[in-house]
Amino acid sequence: MGMAATESQFHVLAVDDSLLDRKLIERLLKTSSYQVTTVDSGSKALEFLGFHEDDQINPDSPSISPNNHQEAEVNLIITDYCMPGMTGYDLLKKIKESSSLRNIPVVIMSSENVPSRITRCLEEGAEEFFLKPVQLSDLKRLRPHMVKTKVKDQNLDKKQENQENPEEKLDKQEIQSEKLQQQQQMGNNNNKRKAMEESLSPDRTRPRYSNGVATVV
Amino acid sequence: MAYLVQLQKQFDDYRASLFNEGFLDDQFEQLQQLQDESNPDFVVEVVSLFFQDSERLLNELATSLDQQNTDYRKVDAHVHQLKGSSSSIGAQRVQRVCIAFRNFCEEQNTEGCLKCLQQVKHEYTLVKNKLETLFKVSN
Repeated sequence: MGMAATESQFHVLAVDDSLLDRKLIERLLKTSSYQVTTVDSGSKALEFLGFHEDDQINPDSPSISPNNHQEAEVNLIITDYCMPGMTGYDLLKKIKESSSLRNIPVVIMSSENVPSRITRCLEEGAEEFFLKPVQLSDLKRLRPHMVKTKVKDQNLDKKQENQENPEEKLDKQEIQSEKLQQQQQMGNNNNKRKAMEESLSPDRTRPRYSNGVATVV
Repeated sequence: MAYLVQLQKQFDDYRASLFNEGFLDDQFEQLQQLQDESNPDFVVEVVSLFFQDSERLLNELATSLDQQNTDYRKVDAHVHQLKGSSSSIGAQRVQRVCIAFRNFCEEQNTEGCLKCLQQVKHEYTLVKNKLETLFKVSN
């Protein structure tokens, strides 16, 4: 079953101590065609991810290959901020400090609009910050992060495969992935700012206009 | 046949009134959008969780505020949870009282907290009755 071209769904791990909110986020994610696993705490999330305390980023030790103890591949983690015990922020930190997990994009959700909290999370490496209640339109911002990581992983694999003509092929791929990353970055920065702007404006549901064909009579 | 049409209209009007009177907000509509043939009971299930959560939290709040030395952080934690649940299903009036409630917690204002507890109980009972009616009729 090598590299199948068939569409495999992205798998999202959702973390929230509230059963109601877990049910909600699960339905939102499934409606958006994602595979979902929900857990009720940060520690359970780390357990599911196969986290080990010694997987800290250590400049002396060699890099550990990912996916060796995970039950299933996780493409994105979405977590509530306010949780007893380990907060969403604590979980984010642990993930970013782990050499095997740090590449998994993390999104934080919170019912409270606290700018300093948002900044702190983004600075720690969260890709997005969603205000609760999370809506279907918010989930549209998730896919680019999962795609970006998959592209990065694929490029890393290709680099390892192409030992014969390293320079030529690498240059092309690097340029491509860099461009993609740049585009994503720009998109990301806009999205992050959007999280803060949207939180300030009272109108959360903005009408979306598609670039349809304008008929001129 | 005309009778059914009339009944449908009554239901629609009733439903609309819940939004007009601020009992429910747009988030409740969002829940409806997540319901489909493969998940036909989604809204009822989520609302049931809200009822369970709320009843548990209201009891905890009554107990916490009945203590000699009220632990306001605990009270605030409960109200925060209640605010979260009510916001998740769109129970706007309950959510609003929770916001005021949290302010009193911060001030460690016992009287204010007790008043809010009464208010939130009242609003919860109202929205619970209305939602139960809505589900009864829609089935």
